[in-house]
Amino acid sequence: MGRIEIDEIRCKGCGICTVACPKQLIKLCDKANIQGYTPAEAVNQELCTGCALCAEICPDVAIKVFR
Amino acid sequence: MQQVFTRPESLKDVQTHFCPGCQHGTVHRLVAEALDQFGVQQKTIGVASVGCSVFLYGYFDIDVVEAPHGRAPAVATGVKRARPDSFVFTYQGDGDLAAIGTAEIIHAANRGEDITVIFVNNTTYGMTGGQMAPTTLVGQKTSTSPYGRNKAKDGAPIKMAEVLAQLGGVAYSARVAVNSPKNVLQAKKVIKRAFQFQAEGKGFSFVEVLSSCPTNWGMAPLAANERIGEEMIPYFPLGVFKDDPIAQD
Ligand SMILES: Cc1ncc(C[n+]2csc(CCOP(=O)(O)OP(=O)(O)O)c2C)c(N)n1
Ligand code: SF4
Ligand code: SF4
Ligand code: SF4
Ligand SMILES: [Mg+2]
Repeated sequence: MGRIEIDEIRCKGCGICTVACPKQLIKLCDKANIQGYTPAEAVNQELCTGCALCAEICPDVAIKVFR
Repeated sequence: MQQVFTRPESLKDVQTHFCPGCQHGTVHRLVAEALDQFGVQQKTIGVASVGCSVFLYGYFDIDVVEAPHGRAPAVATGVKRARPDSFVFTYQGDGDLAAIGTAEIIHAANRGEDITVIFVNNTTYGMTGGQMAPTTLVGQKTSTSPYGRNKAKDGAPIKMAEVLAQLGGVAYSARVAVNSPKNVLQAKKVIKRAFQFQAEGKGFSFVEVLSSCPTNWGMAPLAANERIGEEMIPYFPLGVFKDDPIAQD
């Protein structure tokens, strides 16, 4: 059982976390943030294991992980 | 539920200027995490270089000296010798370390200075608009090699981790990448191992990190990240080239 929180202001929408999540629980949304990037958002959180692989790969330290 | 991943204390909670997908951010975080784990934040003096990582002092919550282009290992030598109890690392790009700063890195390494060098190899001069670096891959197009790097004219890309491993003063030399979660976790271990040498005063330690520059490669962040596995790692193999504590008397 896990859960993530993505900082939608810091996120630069690079998308690297979306392919790093083994369960594909992260998508980019289509609304731009204050920086002008489309940030990542967590989906189907009930499937999150809290493995933190998304956070490990994020270049902007924009993901917090809870388990 | 407990928070199991959080920002390291040695990394300030601020927005960075790095481009989307630029892995300077990842390397900053891994270094800050290692500083936290060694409990050396208060006695660390980082030596920043010239390149996209020039704002190191704005992102790390430690003391930082800004070195002229390429000179970070010489500045770090002075810092460490004047303050032997401090924890000293340099953070340098490939243009900085392997081009303009070749003399400084070779001699600091050869003297076996008790410092750690974090070397971010993104195969280009990122900050100045993507010129060819000594690490640019053969065939790679840059703003100063518009037809691609030509081995006959420009030589082959320099493998700094292997070159430095040959020098007697070097205790540890390794190359890692941060293109996949697995490689990030390995990079974390290697950076800690490098810091261990300094914590014990056992000689010069060096970590080369293969990193992306989506902007100057002209690639989207995900494609740039894939290029690391497809083109960089086959030429710049990951691994530890030396792990040999130097007995200091
Ligand atoms: C003495 C001097 N020469 C040239 C420059 C211009 N300059 C600034 S950054 C840079 C190259 C940086 O490339 P690299 O070290 O690979 O860092 P990156 O931006 O790729 O991380 C150069 C040549 C300078 N600032 N000072
Ligand atoms: S913690 Fe693991 S399972 Fe959860 S979103 Fe991140 S990568 Fe996916
Ligand atoms: S890796 Fe980080 S910056 Fe990139 S899209 Fe995911 S959360 Fe945003
Ligand atoms: S130019 Fe390249 S190295 Fe510099 S911040 Fe952008 S992606 Fe990173
Ligand atoms: Mg560079």
